[in-house]
Amino acid sequence: MSVITVALTGNPNTGKSTIFNALTGARQHIGNWPGVTVDKKVGHMTKGSQQITVIDLPGTYSLSAYSIEEKIVKDYLVKEKPDMVVNVVDASNLERNLYLTVQLLELGIPAVVNLNMMDEAKAKGHHINLDVLRKNLGVPVISSVATSKKGLHQLINSIDHHVVNKQIKSPLLVEHLSNIEAIKNSNKDHDTIEEEIIESRYNFINKVLSDALVIQQGVTSWQDKLDNIITHRLLGFPIFIAVLYAIFEITFTWVGQPISDFLDGFIGGTLTDWTAGALLAAGAAEWLQSLVIDGIIAGVGAVLVFVPLIFTLFLLISFLDGTGYMARVAFIMDRAMRRIGLSGKSILPMLVGFGCTVPAIMGARALDSERDRKITILIAPFMSCGARLPVYALFAVLFFPGQESKVILSLYLLGIVIAIAMGLIFKSTILKGESEPFLMELPPYRIPTLRTVLIQTWEKGKGFLVKAGTIIFSMSVVIWLLSSYNFSGPAEINESILATIGKIIGPIFTLHGFGSWEAGVAVITGILAKEAVVSTLGVLYGVAEVAEEAVVAATQLQGTIGATFTSLSAYAFMVFVLLYTPCMAVIGTFKKELGSWKWTIFAAAYPFVLAWLISLIIYQGGLLLGFGS
Amino acid sequence: MLTLKDVKPGQTAVVEGVKVTGQARGRFMAMGIIKGSKITVLKVAPLGDPIEVLVKSYNLSFRKAEAEQIIVTLS
Repeated sequence: MSVITVALTGNPNTGKSTIFNALTGARQHIGNWPGVTVDKKVGHMTKGSQQITVIDLPGTYSLSAYSIEEKIVKDYLVKEKPDMVVNVVDASNLERNLYLTVQLLELGIPAVVNLNMMDEAKAKGHHINLDVLRKNLGVPVISSVATSKKGLHQLINSIDHHVVNKQIKSPLLVEHLSNIEAIKNSNKDHDTIEEEIIESRYNFINKVLSDALVIQQGVTSWQDKLDNIITHRLLGFPIFIAVLYAIFEITFTWVGQPISDFLDGFIGGTLTDWTAGALLAAGAAEWLQSLVIDGIIAGVGAVLVFVPLIFTLFLLISFLDGTGYMARVAFIMDRAMRRIGLSGKSILPMLVGFGCTVPAIMGARALDSERDRKITILIAPFMSCGARLPVYALFAVLFFPGQESKVILSLYLLGIVIAIAMGLIFKSTILKGESEPFLMELPPYRIPTLRTVLIQTWEKGKGFLVKAGTIIFSMSVVIWLLSSYNFSGPAEINESILATIGKIIGPIFTLHGFGSWEAGVAVITGILAKEAVVSTLGVLYGVAEVAEEAVVAATQLQGTIGATFTSLSAYAFMVFVLLYTPCMAVIGTFKKELGSWKWTIFAAAYPFVLAWLISLIIYQGGLLLGFGS
Repeated sequence: MLTLKDVKPGQTAVVEGVKVTGQARGRFMAMGIIKGSKITVLKVAPLGDPIEVLVKSYNLSFRKAEAEQIIVTLS
């Protein structure tokens, strides 16, 4: 049985991924290209007795190595030499889309051009003569509407390298090739040569299209009308805020919260009870029962409850991304974001960070400059995620009765201020460089297919499940070990190694007003998951089960915590929790998205230092101003 | 000398030269901003920057800083 390799190329927003998913179905896997975090999608299909490996290359506008994606595509085509290329082209946007096609033809790789979105082209008044196009380009041209699977059968039939190898260059292409040969051999400077080659390519495209494409004038679309509202000078921002509000409301209130509560109840209640019963019946040793229940189920469970939230958020973002709305958000927000040294494309990941930092960091993938992406990843954790709210709520109720919302709001704002400040600092220090010009296609508005949205959601969410999951599993075991043993054997938590570590950590907060060993331990477990800060304090201060509702918890902890914290030190502690090292799930995501341990360690460590300093300034400053009582 | 920055929304201009420098130069040209291209300015973002144009029958957005480096004549 022969195996052939087919590479899918095309501009972004041409339906390339839809075609890839339709061709390969469940037989696909995703990894990273060696050395970079750009997705590498590989799928398999069978045609008769032929095994076909399909590589979905990143969407690019050209092969000029202007970006990581372009470099990957070019390197892949030149070095790996696939048997053939299927070039997916947006039929309603032929002139620009064919630019990449011309570059592919110049490379001489056997190619099939697949004109996708033929329905949209028709709606826009574009009439394409496929036979003429075939003749002018000299390669097979197939039309399709991938969202309704039209034309995919012909596409599969065209994948056959014996046919493709017989391709002969069209007279137009021969003329173009000799043109660029002449330009390359002239004695002009590099810039002029590049310019003339690009012009020559567009000239070739004009000739190809001159008798193949007729554009019917005066077809106005609903697209323009919709766009005029969405990017309207006055309406644009309220619409954006409304969409944002809807995303958060759906994620955290409608869908996420009930499911999370259910899982919380299931994992903390039914599953725990059932496992405890089963372990007891099996006669498992007491330490093993404790490891499974208090360590693994409690630890991994605390993070698993976030899974529905994260998947819901990803689902909504994937949907919005597919509609073309995200590009408009970047368009209307670019000016404001540029003030803080980022591009309009950074706004979304930052806002998602108020929900959960993990999807925020993964959302930074949408940024095309590596530098903007790194800066966004480094500052996104300062957006107060949902898991920090229980900590704020508890302390605000205890120490600032009647002022809760003001205190909590001040923390959210402080996070934003710090994020902006750190963004500006990174921009002028370790991530210095020319900021890249903003050049963005505003794709047509579309309704994405459910399949594409679901696949994207799963692709994004799976990483969180697998990578973060493994780290959290091991961390849970380690924390359990540390809290159940000391060097002479099993021990109570306040005699455990964890307590010993707390006693070592605690003193570094002496000048912050919360140098107790309990706070030290809470800070450590907070790295596992931020909401663990509250439950840890509960355990350490001898309250068996801290209620989830802040008010109830507060009354339980009134006497004990009230004795160790003052309102000033409580505020300093909240600021520390806001700013310090994000949770393990985020650290796992750092590794995945930043790619190197060096950056991961930096991203995890500098917030700790920053939190220590700012919390110190607040406590000592507060003392000086007389807020110490 | 007229640049794309001076072109009002609704007006169409023809590119005479691209003065954008560095790597961005090739990017802009590959996206169709080359000598002879017809560009219609569609709108300006609510905060005054960037702009949205129609070029080669698709919508593209870039900032005024770059628009100022694209020499045009009104058509």
